Amino acid sequence: MLRFQLWKIIIILSVISIGIIYALPNFYPPSPAIQITIDSSSGQISQNIARRVDSLVQDTSIKCSSNISSDAIGYESILIKTENYQDQIKLKEYLEEKLERDFVVALNLAPNTPKWLSQLQAAPMKLGLDLRGGVHFLMEVDSQLLISTRLESYLADLKRNLREERISMSKSEISDNKILFSTRTDASSEIKDYFKNNTVLNYKEIGKNQFLVEYSDQGLDELVDYAVSQNLVTLRNRVNELGISEPVVVRQGKNRISVQLPGVQDTAEAKKIIGKTANLEFRLEAESNTLMSRTDQFDFSNQRVKLMKQVIITGDKVADASVGYDENGFPQVNISLDGEGGTKMHRSTRNNVGNRMAVIFVERKIKTTANEEIESYFDKRIISLATIQSALANQFRITGLDSPNEASELALLLRAGALAAPMNFVEEGTVGPSLGADNIRVGVQSLLLGLTLVLIFMIFYYKVFGLIANVAVALNIILISAVMSVLSATLTLPGIAGIVLTIGMAVDANVLIFSRIKEELKNRLKPIDAINAGYDRAYITIVDANLTTLIVALILYTIGTGPVQGFAITLSVGILTSMFTAILVTRFLVWLIYRNRKNIETLWI
Amino acid sequence: MQINFMKPRKIASTLSIIMILISLGSLSFRGLDLGLDFTGGTLIEIQLSKPTDLEQIRDVLGLKLDDDFQVSYFGSEQDVLIKIPGGSENNLSDEIVSSLNESFKFDLRRKDFIGPQIGEELRDQGGLGLLAALLVMMAYIMFRFQFKFAIGALLALVHDVVIVLGIFSVFYIGFNLTVLAALLAVIGYSLNDTIVVSDRIRENYRKKRKSDNIDVINRSLNQMLGRTLITSLTTLLVLFALLILGGDFIQNFAIALICGVIVGTYSSIYVLCNNLILMNLNFEDLAIKKSEQFEDGMP
Repeated sequence: MLRFQLWKIIIILSVISIGIIYALPNFYPPSPAIQITIDSSSGQISQNIARRVDSLVQDTSIKCSSNISSDAIGYESILIKTENYQDQIKLKEYLEEKLERDFVVALNLAPNTPKWLSQLQAAPMKLGLDLRGGVHFLMEVDSQLLISTRLESYLADLKRNLREERISMSKSEISDNKILFSTRTDASSEIKDYFKNNTVLNYKEIGKNQFLVEYSDQGLDELVDYAVSQNLVTLRNRVNELGISEPVVVRQGKNRISVQLPGVQDTAEAKKIIGKTANLEFRLEAESNTLMSRTDQFDFSNQRVKLMKQVIITGDKVADASVGYDENGFPQVNISLDGEGGTKMHRSTRNNVGNRMAVIFVERKIKTTANEEIESYFDKRIISLATIQSALANQFRITGLDSPNEASELALLLRAGALAAPMNFVEEGTVGPSLGADNIRVGVQSLLLGLTLVLIFMIFYYKVFGLIANVAVALNIILISAVMSVLSATLTLPGIAGIVLTIGMAVDANVLIFSRIKEELKNRLKPIDAINAGYDRAYITIVDANLTTLIVALILYTIGTGPVQGFAITLSVGILTSMFTAILVTRFLVWLIYRNRKNIETLWI
Repeated sequence: MQINFMKPRKIASTLSIIMILISLGSLSFRGLDLGLDFTGGTLIEIQLSKPTDLEQIRDVLGLKLDDDFQVSYFGSEQDVLIKIPGGSENNLSDEIVSSLNESFKFDLRRKDFIGPQIGEELRDQGGLGLLAALLVMMAYIMFRFQFKFAIGALLALVHDVVIVLGIFSVFYIGFNLTVLAALLAVIGYSLNDTIVVSDRIRENYRKKRKSDNIDVINRSLNQMLGRTLITSLTTLLVLFALLILGGDFIQNFAIALICGVIVGTYSSIYVLCNNLILMNLNFEDLAIKKSEQFEDGMP
């Protein structure tokens, strides 16, 4: 008699049913859609708007869900499903052209999961950029530049402090991420005092009245870490301004940020918004008798302007910025500052009413020098130089902008905040929607072909047992997709390759078991004993063999990026689920078939 | 019927050594056709609306670029691949696409830019990953089996990796990040085979203590022959499905795995077992530990 414990049956049946439920949503993939929202606080969709959008859509040859607009009345947005991603782009461009600026037209995905499934939190797997089309960027914080900027501000502070102690520096320079300076008189004790509570910087006296200051390892780590996490927030805000569904902005490693924008085609535009390391500096104009060393010179509308080196506030103190029009109909940007920024602004401007203040637009650019080295530099230009009419505080405006476009772009950048540290693009990729669709097609086709070949072979070679193994393989695919959906892991093309490979390798466990059973039958064991022996003896071998592959998959995951990780995820999920299906489920099926037969003479194997 | 696997083992060793020497030679003199992932640079794939002469595209690109770019067909005369090595400027690809847009009608399929530092890092990480995988595997086998098996398995894995790399070098097949992933999967697969064979050798040793080790190994290999062939066959079936239908992105990945499966099956027979014989594996090496559960008695 074959035996099979009840608790195992319960586990098997519940895993299978849960697996099927969570794999089901994958049969209802989301449709590409266009989302239309109104860019104002009272933004509800009225009947008029719905009707207009409907008729606009009907005027095109693009096929999309009809009447969805009228369903949206009273909601905040309209969602129009299209048949494919090419149509989605076309429709977006068309609607953007036809609708006024008050409407925001964005790419989105409309879920098609039946209600009862979404109530169980079941959702389809996410598709990677290589399957869906889109853009990805990898950006790296420029630590060199970050460090030297910070050291500059430390140096300025140190100078000020020493001046209060009536000590002056004879020489100071910043190179190689170090400050080197010397004082005219002995200042060891004052400098020791200054650095007493500073854990970030280390200082050394390297000669008589000569000092060297550099970041401690911990200080350096903290600095980069802080900058990256700040930039992460800023980049998220900027990406949100682009109005794309499911963007991914995550930290990668110590000093990088990865940005994925599904569905986006125009890299140049996306890069402009995301990558712009623009910042603003608010500075006072220098009075004519100010020392040269405390001023910078700028050209502004054909005249030379001297500005104070000291910056009142920078763009990161800007809480909000919006486009408006002044009394004469010229565009302007209304700016609100945060508390700290407001206080600083007030302190600096209250004694300078009647003087002028400049707003400097700082843009970071990259150039290649004559000897092929990449160098980044700041391009600073004055965008506005205006007389301070009264003490400014938290609310004020910048006027004198050339065009509404310039105003809205500036407002967008200000709103999204400034980057805490400059960043470079170190990797960039675009997958067109047609390639994405092709990738899905080849992925699914090779999966089906591989699966069919294996299924046919197994039935041909192992007959009834082959059929049992095939059920296990099919179940394995269902379980992989269920686990992927529950983990909300992303499926990529290498991921599909991982699943295909798993199919080939998952039958190995069954092959091991079945060939053992055959062998034991040859040794003249009774069929039932042969089955038991086959399962028991192959078990350890299977676990050993699978564990090692799992270890490899985990190594792949830790060292890999994008495509490699996609492969590693499906491979490891596949190994784990295949152990369950190939050992437990097939044994259960064998038990189902043979449990009531008292005297089995031959096995169809 | 029993096949005497171990009889031609000297020939097999010679063959393995020759293959490894060729591979190492090719790797050091010819190197690998490293993909963009590892070298850094820009890659643009476009699908033109009508077949276009490559010279025309070269002329347009020549206005923007120095000479060291490559333009090639890719599948049909409408699909064109543009590769620009190195490159620090990340706006280059945007500029190229817009200048192509002025002269041709096309669909942008793919555009990648990888900075040089990323390429370097990936090379380092890839090498480290391979090493880590090999060492962890060796440790695992030492823990589960025994020292001599670990040495044998390690040699078998190194053998497989070197030969697959050698094939990629000799035929100059593009080596990118996905191929590296395949190579690590080869380690996993080959080890799978090695473990299955080792497992049976151990079992047979324990059954018949006083037999000659060549005899035990031969018997084990014969018992596992069916399984080894079938598993290799099913894996190869799906891999050929990937090779034929998977498109260019997966193609080289499939080639690496196909080579790996074949070499890996061979190595678990000849490299592992040869080394076991050379190291004179004996019964004392396999004294039963507590964790073993299935000895002679039938359940």
